[in-house]
Amino acid sequence: MGRCWKFGNNISTDHIIAGKYLVTSDPKTLAIHCLEDTRPEFPKKVKAGDLVVAGENFGCGSSREHAPIALKGCGIKGIIASSFARIFFRNAINIGLPIFESREAARDIQEGDEVEIDMGASKIVNRTRGKNYGFEPFPKEILEIIEAGGLMQFVKKRMGKQK
Amino acid sequence: MTLAERIIAAHSGQSEVYPGQFVYADVDFCLGNDITAPIAIKEFEEAGLEKVFDRNRIALVPDHFTPSKDIASAQQVKTLRDFARRHQLEYFFEIGSMGVEHALLPELGLVLPGDLVIGADSHTCTYGALGAFAVGVGSTDLAACFATGKVWLKVPETIKFLFNGRLPKWSSGKDLILFVIGDIGVDGALYKVMEFTGPAISALPIDDRFAICNMAVEAGAKAGIIPPDKIAEKYVKGRAKRGYVMYSSNGAASYCQTKEYDASKITPQVALPNLPSNVQPVEALARIDIDQVVIGSCTNGRITDLRVAAGILKGKKVHPYVRLIVIPATQAIYLEALKEGLIETFLKAGASVSTPTCGPCLGGHMGILAEGERCLATTNRNFPGRMGHPKSEVYLSSPAVAAASAVTGKITHPAEAI
Repeated sequence: MGRCWKFGNNISTDHIIAGKYLVTSDPKTLAIHCLEDTRPEFPKKVKAGDLVVAGENFGCGSSREHAPIALKGCGIKGIIASSFARIFFRNAINIGLPIFESREAARDIQEGDEVEIDMGASKIVNRTRGKNYGFEPFPKEILEIIEAGGLMQFVKKRMGKQK
Repeated sequence: MTLAERIIAAHSGQSEVYPGQFVYADVDFCLGNDITAPIAIKEFEEAGLEKVFDRNRIALVPDHFTPSKDIASAQQVKTLRDFARRHQLEYFFEIGSMGVEHALLPELGLVLPGDLVIGADSHTCTYGALGAFAVGVGSTDLAACFATGKVWLKVPETIKFLFNGRLPKWSSGKDLILFVIGDIGVDGALYKVMEFTGPAISALPIDDRFAICNMAVEAGAKAGIIPPDKIAEKYVKGRAKRGYVMYSSNGAASYCQTKEYDASKITPQVALPNLPSNVQPVEALARIDIDQVVIGSCTNGRITDLRVAAGILKGKKVHPYVRLIVIPATQAIYLEALKEGLIETFLKAGASVSTPTCGPCLGGHMGILAEGERCLATTNRNFPGRMGHPKSEVYLSSPAVAAASAVTGKITHPAEAI
């Protein structure tokens, strides 16, 4: 179960981690500055297991993988959004950061709500409000990458099989 | 099939593909820069992979924080350099041959019509101007491609953008794409391909087409693409390092949407803070004073852009309250601008001219904004704090509007500065 941090629409990768910090890819260093100009208290108060909830087009802009790395570095366990920008979506899948597309959940969940993801039942459980929401199921090709633990593990497995 | 679908099919061993289908596609060329490639290299090495799929199909372009602005960024470039030497990569670009990646790779004939290109940089979609299917990805995608030469793709739907008429005198490809993003929004083409066609597109020089496809990502698109024609072929001829195929959408092409515009109505446009879709025609703006102007980037740092800017600045002075920074996108563009006297025009006007770099566009270096400052840039993004202080502002425009505004000190229609 995790506590939710709520954000609006079009949170760009510049919001998540500004260009000036891209001189490192260390998750802990990036985490210190994650979303700092949007919500100054976020990097200070975020706890391992928390969730980010946002509106449309989360992660738009640059391809910097530093953005999902920074969120992962903060201990963010998953992101729920109405929609994701496509490169952010790929990056999150590829590095094993769980993301969930649900307009209903993104609208309904409020700041501070305690929320749990039930992967087996494909639902988002809002303990604070006693409500459940479905999320867009992943196509099987993406599930294979998630289940392998990320793209590199998946690639290694495939390359191993080819040998 | 649409142009994009035909390219994807040809690269995934299928006679036909349909939107929504998953494919593992063969990649003709892949690239990374000094920000994204260090993570790709780390992933590649941590996975214990030893061989790259093809040393002639990978480019590493240190362009974002170069010439290295500090020790940390120098370390990142060193990571690229060491990897390039270890794997004997044919295309690592050191200072002196380096340029802004999306201007450099087409210029060198490394990305071509009919190619499937992936780049660990969101503006990889620029190459659609040549009729390539080129998509921005992240670092881990690039690492996987280093090893396998493949990428996972969901076949996207295509939206057709049809432009009738001709752009008016002071409007360029940049105004056209800003207008479209203003119309459909920053997620108006999310996950989709934007195919740009029609008489107005056919009449545009290649540099304007690069600017259009470059900003497809600002509407959320997976790729922007223009059916390759004589203008694209003329650009590619004599540069191409490989064979290429000029695909077009065929008769049975199915588009998820068609949008039609009258190009003659697209006047010079400006994107206001803090979204590229916050677009207004210049003539509709109240007085907006500016502190800095940047002319450059993967969107508008090409020779056509510099010619337009120099044409306006010739014999004039930059406003005393404005700093004008001009950044030719590649060494070849810089040299050509020098030969044509454009650099002299910029210097005499009171501009600063820089070696190629992405620099200020992403708030890296070479023109960072202080609190409360306002910049008009020919770049592609204006999210909060993009070019410096979180309370600084970025406005986006064409080189013509940027040059005119540098002279007057406020956002200005080019016709007023001539």
